[in-house]
Amino acid sequence: MRSRWTYFIPLILLGFLAVYFAAGLGRNPKTLGSVIINQKVPEFSLAPIEGSAKGFSNLDLENQISLVNIFGSWCVSCRIEHPFLMDLKERNIVPIYGIDWREPDRKSGPRWLKRYGNPYTIIGDDPKSKGAISFGVTGAPETFIVDKKGVIRFKHMGPITKLNWNDTLKPILEKLRKE
Amino acid sequence: MIVEIAHFSLILALFVATLQGTLPMIGAHQHNQSLMSIAAPAALIQFALIIGAFSGLTYAFVTSDFSVVNVASNSHTAKPLLYKISGVWGNHEGSMLLWALILAGYGAMVAAFGKNLRPSLKVRVLGVQALIGTGVIAFILLTSNPFLRLSPAPINGNGLNPLLQDPGLAFHPPLLYLGYVGLSITFSFAVAALIEGRVDAAWARWVRPWTLAAWGFLTGGIVLGSWWAYYELGWGGWWFWDPVENASFMPWLAATALLHSAIVSEKRDSLKAWTIFLAIVAFGLSLLGTFLVRSGVITSVHAFASDPTRGVFILLFLVITIGSAFGLFAWRGPSLKGSGLFQPVSREGGLLLNNFLLTVAAASILLGTLYPLFIDVLGLGKVSVGAPYFESVFVPMMIPMILVMGVAPYLKWKRGDFTSAAAKLKVSAIVTLAGGLLTWILIDRASAFAALGMALALWLFIATLSELAVRIKLFREPIIYSLKSLLRQPRASWGMTCAHAGMAIAIAGITASSAWRVESIQVMKFGDQVNVAGYTYTLERVREVQGPNYKAVRGTFSVTKGESFKLILEPEKRTYTTPVMVTTEAAIHPTFLGDLYAVVGDKDEKSGGYITRIYFNPLVPWMWAGAIIMVLGAGISLTDRRHRVGAPAKSKGTVDGVPAE
Repeated sequence: MRSRWTYFIPLILLGFLAVYFAAGLGRNPKTLGSVIINQKVPEFSLAPIEGSAKGFSNLDLENQISLVNIFGSWCVSCRIEHPFLMDLKERNIVPIYGIDWREPDRKSGPRWLKRYGNPYTIIGDDPKSKGAISFGVTGAPETFIVDKKGVIRFKHMGPITKLNWNDTLKPILEKLRKE
Repeated sequence: MIVEIAHFSLILALFVATLQGTLPMIGAHQHNQSLMSIAAPAALIQFALIIGAFSGLTYAFVTSDFSVVNVASNSHTAKPLLYKISGVWGNHEGSMLLWALILAGYGAMVAAFGKNLRPSLKVRVLGVQALIGTGVIAFILLTSNPFLRLSPAPINGNGLNPLLQDPGLAFHPPLLYLGYVGLSITFSFAVAALIEGRVDAAWARWVRPWTLAAWGFLTGGIVLGSWWAYYELGWGGWWFWDPVENASFMPWLAATALLHSAIVSEKRDSLKAWTIFLAIVAFGLSLLGTFLVRSGVITSVHAFASDPTRGVFILLFLVITIGSAFGLFAWRGPSLKGSGLFQPVSREGGLLLNNFLLTVAAASILLGTLYPLFIDVLGLGKVSVGAPYFESVFVPMMIPMILVMGVAPYLKWKRGDFTSAAAKLKVSAIVTLAGGLLTWILIDRASAFAALGMALALWLFIATLSELAVRIKLFREPIIYSLKSLLRQPRASWGMTCAHAGMAIAIAGITASSAWRVESIQVMKFGDQVNVAGYTYTLERVREVQGPNYKAVRGTFSVTKGESFKLILEPEKRTYTTPVMVTTEAAIHPTFLGDLYAVVGDKDEKSGGYITRIYFNPLVPWMWAGAIIMVLGAGISLTDRRHRVGAPAKSKGTVDGVPAE
């Protein structure tokens, strides 16, 4: 006859699975898909947004560590992320470059920035997704960390929050500063 | 205001579910009638409260109340009403609310219709159901609240993912959840039985209709999703072994196994521990699917926004729910000995073999789906497991299964006679061999595998129908007798005949569409012609059209074959405005022998023509038809009075002969 212990097998298997799942939770399988990581920023040049004189090109990213943030006035999650970016700017932590992506018209982006504040050093206007395509953007908001040599080192999808800033983005910045 | 009432209603539902999950359980333990009597009304109230919460969210979507974060992120004023409503469950938070709604709905159904159920069992079933509900509602309120406000409210919303703006997909999640969550009831029955330490025929009789209903919905949901992938993704394929597809397929396999082992438990008082185990596994796999889709541990095109906090919660929930069920199983399982013994060659034996194969198939899909995660966690790199693995593992296991599916209904309970079954199956076997050989010689000598697939389909179809013929004594008795007998066949055995025949038709479709698909990709200018599988496609024109919330490029093909066949196909490539996204709408014309399938792509700047993809997908309509027949089979079987909830034991005497179900 079957032993009593046979009936414990499902429980044991579930235990094993649970351990793997718990270990897998912190990982992001999507990083696999990002071919742009550890590549030099591709060449691009974007026009300035209305009311500003300077556009944004890949040359602006050289010789410093910086963030490149994809946003748009139409994007609700960007609105959620926005106060945190303002905070980063006020504390002067890292220069943030903005790509204003797919605005419905020329006025919307500047109006949005005027209303909520402008955390960006330079902003490129990107109605036709030219900049977004160079970075391999899949949605907004998305943020890239670019190192001193102009190489993309990290891609963050979704809004930056205090939590993921402290857990992932900040340690990466600190590591890059030591390089 | 309505949104706040809905929010409050959900909080109340959590409160009710907690009471329902604890007090009656204590009552059942102490034989305290007044505590036990809480269960049924609580289940109804909980359901009513969640209906309230769900209606409130639906109201916010329909009226485009963008001060609600969830509406702002997933809806848009320019969206047709249908998609405003389907937007409710087209996102993580709303879909979890739908989950909770259906969960409570099943509980309410047991409360309302379970009058003949043993009181202690009923109370415990409702208690377990409520404990699951407590976890789900707490999850929604703590990590995925759809009722949060946004200030200031945006002028318009983000819109629903355009891929989801489709009638097929609008109803895919509710159907799928009716199936997934339907398995919660069999789970609750299993856990209640383990707590009581008692699994008898009455228990199994109660479990069967719920399994059947869940199985029917799950089948429908999977097929609808697959059909959507078929025409919306525009690659002519209908199954991609994507982790999320697998997540719905594994519970389906487990539910199919459960459906069959519950028959053995009911009729033969055997395989009891196994049936309980399958009931736990089936729901466990449903929860696992939820975890995989929403935690972000696995990459998939279907994945919701990944959020580790949610992942931790669902994982804990999964471990507690399934872990305690398996714990009970380890404790009580050894005492669940059945009285029914059987020979290897018997109907029980056949059903057991089928169960074994289905379970191993589910396990191998589980392994393939989770393998990338295992490798990643062990630090061995990143891998992906694709269709070749699944096909090479899954398909060979289905071959013996389909062979047995043909034979088992002919075998008697307890001790079957293989020689007599073989004699009855002689004709089926000869037709099958002939059919397989003809396919191989006439259609495609290169692919023995395809011939094997078609032969199996033929085998199952003929064996199933001739089993019906044997049952009604066709050609052995006067035809009038047979016809009368046909009408007297119990609905449950009609259900089996339909489900198995539908499966046969679907297998033919699956085999033919994978083996003999014709594909042609080219650049076409206006007036250019392409010949695909005997049909001549002419690209007449390509123009821009405006939809309610998209712009589309619409190609017009005229298709001709010989003198008489003429047809216009108009595939579209749509660019949605909110959010910006391009989708493909294939134009499909089903014929008896296959689908004519055309897709228009981008403009080729060099030549000025358009990239077009044209397919002939043989027997794909058979696949859908087979699946629909299977679901119908489940429906017919559910109307059998022996299955009808509330009429468990009255059926003796209405059945003559032993129906195979």
